[in-house]
Amino acid sequence: MRHATKVAAVVAAAALGLAACGSSSDNTPAGSNTSAGSTGTQAAGKKIVVGIAYGVGGRGDQSFNASAAVGLDKAKADLGVEFKEATQVNGESEAATEERLQQFIDAGATHVIGVGFAYAKAIGTVAKANPDVKFAIIDDASPDSAGANVAQLTFAEEQGSFLVGAAAALKSKTNTVGFVGGVATDLIKKFEAGYIAGAKAANPSIVVKSQYLSQPPDFSGFNDPAKGKTAAEGLYQGGADVVYHAAGGSGSGVFTAAKAAGKLAIGVDSDQALTATPDVRDVILTSMIKKVDVAVYDFLKSGAAGTDITGNKVYDLKAGGVDYATTGGKVDDIKSKLDDYKQKIIAGEIKVPTAP
Amino acid sequence: MSTFSPRKLLLAVAAPVLALVVAFLVTSAILLLLGDPVVEVWQTILSWPKPRQLVQIVNGATVYYLSAVAVAVGFRMNLFNIGVDGQYRVAVFAGAAFAGQAWFPGPLNVLLTIVVAMVAGGLWASIAAYLKVRRGISEVISTIMLNAIATGVVQWLLLKVAVKQQGSNSISTKPIPESSQLDGLGLIPGATNKVYTLILLAVLVGALYWFVINKTRFGFDLRATGRSESAAVASGVKVPRMVVTTMIASGALAGLIGMPLLFGQDHSYGTTFQAGLGFAGIGIALLGRNHPLGIAAAALLWSFLDVQSNALQIRAGVASEVVFIIQGVILFAVVIAYELIRRADVRLEQQRVARELAATRSDAPTPEGATA
Repeated sequence: MRHATKVAAVVAAAALGLAACGSSSDNTPAGSNTSAGSTGTQAAGKKIVVGIAYGVGGRGDQSFNASAAVGLDKAKADLGVEFKEATQVNGESEAATEERLQQFIDAGATHVIGVGFAYAKAIGTVAKANPDVKFAIIDDASPDSAGANVAQLTFAEEQGSFLVGAAAALKSKTNTVGFVGGVATDLIKKFEAGYIAGAKAANPSIVVKSQYLSQPPDFSGFNDPAKGKTAAEGLYQGGADVVYHAAGGSGSGVFTAAKAAGKLAIGVDSDQALTATPDVRDVILTSMIKKVDVAVYDFLKSGAAGTDITGNKVYDLKAGGVDYATTGGKVDDIKSKLDDYKQKIIAGEIKVPTAP
Repeated sequence: MSTFSPRKLLLAVAAPVLALVVAFLVTSAILLLLGDPVVEVWQTILSWPKPRQLVQIVNGATVYYLSAVAVAVGFRMNLFNIGVDGQYRVAVFAGAAFAGQAWFPGPLNVLLTIVVAMVAGGLWASIAAYLKVRRGISEVISTIMLNAIATGVVQWLLLKVAVKQQGSNSISTKPIPESSQLDGLGLIPGATNKVYTLILLAVLVGALYWFVINKTRFGFDLRATGRSESAAVASGVKVPRMVVTTMIASGALAGLIGMPLLFGQDHSYGTTFQAGLGFAGIGIALLGRNHPLGIAAAALLWSFLDVQSNALQIRAGVASEVVFIIQGVILFAVVIAYELIRRADVRLEQQRVARELAATRSDAPTPEGATA
């Protein structure tokens, strides 16, 4: 026992020693960087330091967060921005979320990006406390996150979904198509609304069947391939021969079901004919691409040029924020029709609804 | 045994310290194995927090403290309320829904919301109490099940009462009126944020917990039941009634867990409300040995680790989840350490008695001392 106490005392002392080192090296980066940030505001091509806070899943989620990371990497290559990354911890307190953003600023960040609407409140609060730092939030345009130094980057998912809806209707032989939504949030309902509108535009008599995997605040529907598979199986058995999923990680289950049924599926967010597991890629008709990377890159590029984006910026078809994918060549024969719809949406001739 | 001795105090402190050392070594070994920067990790975690972070540590500890006391009340009578997690979520939802209606002005709304939350938590816990007393179902099983049911019930009800905000994807209850939001106390100089006003509630709960357990008939019965149920029954304690009362008290205390967050931070209950507080409370009660001050120290340590780990990703490039390893190892080690210390204590006590006996025997042999 006496021996253990001795060891304990030694290590406790060592720990205190480490603590001392920590606190002395702690203050230098914060002090030097904030001053650098505030001096070069006007100069074009100025040095910007980015703090990017991913949602749960982080850079390696092969989907939404990964897309943001692509934009960041491009900004690093093209603009030479420095960046620091962090990922949200599941179930953490609002204070911890805010602290993460504040830590970036302490570490010298001039631009802070919150990937996903879970950062909305935190961005709003931290932006108010740090008026010299520029902020961006993806997928939120609520008053929670609004501020003079905040860019709210949202997407016209309904427009991209319209195009894949039209593609589904044009390819359907059973006159029935399906939709699988991850979680029944307003955001995912935008996908559904656009998809239905597109399908009806291409074929007014088409039947569209929709199914959601979970209801908020249960967000498991975004990450439950088994649920996605069951829902898609139901839709295929119900006569649908093309199913579009807006269900994040659950989408792989939809592809598996499509493969088993010998039917088609439509991917979401990234070009999934390139990112899905190779054995199911041949069932992917097209994908609705949501270019989070473009939004992130734009925000940083304008930041580097000294013309920061603020307010709500909607990335629609016109801005190249959403699109349909042509990988695999399955939509080559209807490409002219889809491009025609695209032009009409861009010109404002077709107004796509945002709620089903 | 109840007399104060320096040896006992030393032994009481030795166990947690030993556990911390083990956690330090094990975590370092894991970091080394994975090729992560060990020194930077410890530098980040053990650096002195900024005033802002001190406030966060105190705030986090306030919430953990309430959770751990809720668990500890049951632990003292060997009642394992694993359902604190479900109880606090049901309670904070009920409280948030009630407070959002703003039926009452400012502080009265706060007070009544706390009552509503305690009632909701107590009622939810009473299900497990009923099942144990009337149906003989272990409270461990029933409370775990009730946690899952609480998740479903709260989700379903939240959808019913949620308010939609233009352009937002998160859902939550109606925000509580500004007059009922508690701005906080500026206890720590130089900090931009404030300590939750309801830290006062936590202090009050701690004092009451100490008083009731140690100074009342109820507390005595509770401890007696915890030490030996058969002995308690023999001395006239109505154990089923104790189970029901204690379970409901534990649930009502669980109802308080979310209150500092609701009034001082989130102002509504929704998708971004802190989760898993009830489970954290179990560990903290264990680490603090169910003692009101021990729990406070444990809660501060937990919160310290939480806050300090936030910077790990940014400064050391290591996932914040490292802190879960540290916390887990601490818990694991502290249980073992307490057992080792207990055995050492017994051995030292035996040696002391033997020494005294030997001394008395050489003076004048007394047969009574032999039984000690």
